[in-house]
Amino acid sequence: MIAEYRSHHAMGGPLRGIALVARDGFSARYDLDRIHGVFSRPQHALAGQSYLGRILVLDTAKGGVASAWMLYEMASRGKAPLALVFNSVNPIMAQGTALAGLTMLAGFDCDITAELASGDEIELDPATQTVRVLARARPAT
Amino acid sequence: MKLNDFEQAMLAGELGPVRKLALEHQLSVGRFFGAADFVPVTQAHIMADTESLGEAGVAWLEKLASHPSRERRVRIPTITDPRGTDFTKAAALKQAPWMLALERRAIDAFVKLGVLMTDTCINYQTVMSATRGEHVAFGDTGVVIYSNSVCGARSNFEGGPSALSAGLTGRTPRYGFHLDERRRATLMIELDWIPERLDDWGALGAVIGKLAGNYWAVPVIEGLERAPGSDALKHFGAAMASFGSVALFHMVGVTPEASRLEDVAGPGLPRHRVGRDAVRALQAGYRDGGSVDVVVFSAPQLSLLELAHLADLCDGRRFKIPLLAVTSPQVKPDAERMGFVARIEAAGGTVLAGMCFYQSYAREIGEANGWRRLATNSAKLVNILGGYGYRPLLASMEACVGAAHTGTLQ
Repeated sequence: MIAEYRSHHAMGGPLRGIALVARDGFSARYDLDRIHGVFSRPQHALAGQSYLGRILVLDTAKGGVASAWMLYEMASRGKAPLALVFNSVNPIMAQGTALAGLTMLAGFDCDITAELASGDEIELDPATQTVRVLARARPAT
Repeated sequence: MKLNDFEQAMLAGELGPVRKLALEHQLSVGRFFGAADFVPVTQAHIMADTESLGEAGVAWLEKLASHPSRERRVRIPTITDPRGTDFTKAAALKQAPWMLALERRAIDAFVKLGVLMTDTCINYQTVMSATRGEHVAFGDTGVVIYSNSVCGARSNFEGGPSALSAGLTGRTPRYGFHLDERRRATLMIELDWIPERLDDWGALGAVIGKLAGNYWAVPVIEGLERAPGSDALKHFGAAMASFGSVALFHMVGVTPEASRLEDVAGPGLPRHRVGRDAVRALQAGYRDGGSVDVVVFSAPQLSLLELAHLADLCDGRRFKIPLLAVTSPQVKPDAERMGFVARIEAAGGTVLAGMCFYQSYAREIGEANGWRRLATNSAKLVNILGGYGYRPLLASMEACVGAAHTGTLQ
């Protein structure tokens, strides 16, 4: 384990995966092509990238209430992110994550999008509200 | 979370599996946010268009609706946000039969659950506004921000599953904007310019939403010389919620909790001056002077007064491209009775009811109709549609109607 970060909020079960990181917001309706599992909003920092099988690490939940349903629908087709990590989160993301049965950690004393990088292998442990870095995608500078 | 006897009984399944499931969902959310207990709510408002629900969400609703009536019906007045179609205009929109079939299944399920199919995102103008201090469970961010800010009611953003759960249990977890301390201002906005047009009010809301930046931010706005009207605050709040996920703002001397600045703000808040330049800069990102494929007035649904103004603008024109005006099922009969619908449609426009453009399979109907360059006066709509493959253009209602007439946005 290389580093760990505690969150203020957590739900779901423990898991490991590869992070996809950006200091940008997230809304299932505004930002995604949910059919194909890619970020479709041209202005989004992850535009064109697939989120399938990735732990999304983003700044904050944005936009409307649709994500509360959409995460469940995406999960039913295997087109949801593996898990979600946010600096701050709104109720919609918590409601949608709960319905979809996903894992989410949110609220850190640091900027979690600056601490992690795309490609990092990380572990989420909701019981202890902890994000652990298992392997870095690139050496720390 | 502390549960009273009634909540314990629901959780134990004594009121049936539907209410048990609903309370369990609410507990997950409440515990995530550290809620101490539940607060009773008097109304719920559900966003549940089938583009969001998909097959999985509709099947989830149908499963709830399959239980006996006494177990499945909501306990408080529970109403709906716009649906994903206006069945009378679906063919003109080129919506596919499967979309309509999914809509019908969702509606059937909601009716069995005892939900009132109001199909509106302007319930505060058309059905029943919440009152100051009233705890409610509203979906649609525009409804929440208007109710919290202009009415002084208390709601978090309640997505469809949570709003339905609140309808079924009659309560919601007490966190966020149900709490006094969360309703205090966190940043101050000093206005040095006051908009006149609705698209300007929307763009101003967008600028402030971007500055606020997240759900827990509460802007307090100073500098208004007189109270804006309901439609202005509708566009202002809807855009602020859309661009910033903001659920509550205060306007000193206007909104009910902010008679004076010190009622909602302590010393030392971050301050921002916002004026015409910031609004024009935001609008410039949604203008390029080219051709237009379709004009849409929606998000939020139009009030009777907006339709009256639109009818005035349509008189004597003949449109080259489609113009869609979307309103609520409550407003449309009045607009028909007063001749507004006939005047808009005489120019070649179409008035739709009970849906919202972006909640009606916007990507698919855009592709089916060849609509990419879309002009609107809604800042909220331009923010959403970029992700649906459109090039959204923001302009005044007057300029948009002109674009419908000429095919070019001047």
